Amino acid sequence: MHIVIVGLSHKTAPVEIREKLAFAPTAMEQPLRQMLELPSVAEGLIVSTCNRVELCAATKEPDAAIAEMHRFLAEYHEIAPEEICDNLYDYQGEEAIRHLFRVASSLDSMILGEPQILGQIKTAYGYAAEFKTAGLILNRFLHKAFSVAKRVRTETAIASNAVSVSFAAVELARKIFDRLDNKGVMIIGAGEMCELAARHFVANGVSKVLVTNRTFERAEKLALEFDGKAIPFENFVDHLADVDIVMTSTGAPNFILGKRQMEEVLKRRKYRPMFLIDIAVPRDIDPKVNKLDNMYLYDVDDLQGVVQANLKERKKEAGKAEVIIEQEIGQFHQWLANLEVKPTIIALRQKLEEIRRQELEKTFGNLKDLSSKQRKSIEAMAGAIINKILHQPTSLLKRTQDDTSGEDYVDAVRALFDLPALANDDKEIKPLDDSDQG
Amino acid sequence: MTTNILLFKVTLLIYFATTILYLIGVISRRDRFRQNAVYLLIGGFILHCITLVVRWVATGAMPVASLHESLSFFAWALVGIYLIFYLRYRTVMLGAFITPLALVLMIIGTTTSAQAPALNPMLDSWWFPVHVTLAFLGHAVFAIAAAAGIMYLLQERMLKSKKFSGLFYRLPSLDTLDSMNYKCLTFGFPLMTMGIISGAIWANSAWGGYWRWDPKETWALITWFLYAALLHGRLTIGWRGRRAAIFAIIGFSFLLFTFFGVNLFLSGEHSFRNFTGQ
Repeated sequence: MHIVIVGLSHKTAPVEIREKLAFAPTAMEQPLRQMLELPSVAEGLIVSTCNRVELCAATKEPDAAIAEMHRFLAEYHEIAPEEICDNLYDYQGEEAIRHLFRVASSLDSMILGEPQILGQIKTAYGYAAEFKTAGLILNRFLHKAFSVAKRVRTETAIASNAVSVSFAAVELARKIFDRLDNKGVMIIGAGEMCELAARHFVANGVSKVLVTNRTFERAEKLALEFDGKAIPFENFVDHLADVDIVMTSTGAPNFILGKRQMEEVLKRRKYRPMFLIDIAVPRDIDPKVNKLDNMYLYDVDDLQGVVQANLKERKKEAGKAEVIIEQEIGQFHQWLANLEVKPTIIALRQKLEEIRRQELEKTFGNLKDLSSKQRKSIEAMAGAIINKILHQPTSLLKRTQDDTSGEDYVDAVRALFDLPALANDDKEIKPLDDSDQG
Repeated sequence: MTTNILLFKVTLLIYFATTILYLIGVISRRDRFRQNAVYLLIGGFILHCITLVVRWVATGAMPVASLHESLSFFAWALVGIYLIFYLRYRTVMLGAFITPLALVLMIIGTTTSAQAPALNPMLDSWWFPVHVTLAFLGHAVFAIAAAAGIMYLLQERMLKSKKFSGLFYRLPSLDTLDSMNYKCLTFGFPLMTMGIISGAIWANSAWGGYWRWDPKETWALITWFLYAALLHGRLTIGWRGRRAAIFAIIGFSFLLFTFFGVNLFLSGEHSFRNFTGQ
């Protein structure tokens, strides 16, 4: 059995094509059933998100299956196959395994390390399991992909650094204050980014929120939202010493906070550190303030710089993730190969045992006056012949199961000895473990 | 005697391996290397404890009488105090600064005579081990403060300049580092004070005078005033962060000078020559 994948992603197709080829998440039964009707497809799964569509199948004839899936994808969406062939990629065997492991681990995502994709694949698998289009192989494959993604998440820092400006602000605050739960934040002016960052701060434990605005009503409205307190714009400076984090985004043409003012504030708070986030353009806080000890001033560009640095850090972590994936590919590949080798060896032995039984019966029918001791030794001799014959092919099958030639030997043995076709044994599947979902 | 020299050398090798592991862990950004370095360090520390006990039993006196012995004891205190901090703060990176220091102390220790000193009867007083133990524990705590200070300055520099290296993600927060500085000060200062007092009491019983202004005493007093100033500044005028970090680093370099400089360049009652009569 082989695993094949046909699909397209943000890397190969523009959104105009992606939206045409997407499958509605509410109606997955029909496409899954149609996919399973393709002659070469034994098991099927469809992942469809706004950034990618992946058709994944288990098949005996990978090339034929890929061609059929190409056509299916176009025909289902009523598009000429030629129109999309440049946007589609296909993988088989080890490459297909690698591809799905990388996608699940968010190494192929638009934003490296973003966590949603794993949930989306889990949902897709849920449909395939519900409509029984996933069997022994895809069950095992997807479970493996989930555990690989989990390993990547816990063993690398691929998802650990913020890649949005507002969240980067929270992380910087953590690098300064360590804990945010006993800290206070002041929002000066209103702005979407300010609000978003404030929401992140509150979600991360900031307990005290002060809001000020030239229009007091707006300050009150925003304060209500964060369970905070509105203060008049005229004397917000008096309250600066009470907070640790200040976010400004006023439309003021000049600096509203200067170095001398902030020096005063610092003195009043006994030089406990402060984190100032100036989101306004033109800027609200004199950049010289950053020169003060225990004062950390970041403007929009600085925060962007942090995001860029974090992305770079994620890319470095991605290298570690690739190593983990390579290890896991080997393991899964072995299982897949083993899946055919073991039953083949058993079937081969059964076949020969059957021949031995029949031939012994015939022989003993002709030689009726044998003593039981003689019969035993003839039986033993027949058994020894089988073992001697089986020894070489069995060890060859076992030896080659890890590399690509293994498949050929399995086919050859099955053809030479006319062994029955492999049956999918569903008993081995463990139920989907939901514990790590979310 | 040979047993404990062998133990000493194996301990040194483990500290060396730990340092290498830290180095690889910091450069290659492998968290696991650094974590394993801590485990290895714990093993080295246990062996170091055994080394000291074996030597104590063999010589019949607390092994702090020769330069060799006190270097080993200093390194032991350093690693021990770090491991206590590790249990409290889980700062793996702190060990990356402490372990090389312990290693250097051990290496200097190998260059000095490991012979058991013919004990000067003056040292045969109950106050002597008390004095030395307190002093070295204080030194070790201040070494942690200095390491935390270096980490603070690195981290602060990155936050101010907004240029982040891989270290940024691995160093603890400024607040953690600053509170380590404070913790060290509140433990180290009493230890040092008691060390000086117990030393004075011992000096009185040995030489008949509490304070003789020998170079080591003078330098210790200067260092003590430095730490006193830092403690005062922290408690009353809100000294913290950068300034406290710099103070901790300067204070520790004074301590090192008091320990090495006085023994190597200046002579006085604290010089080991006087102890061993060499």
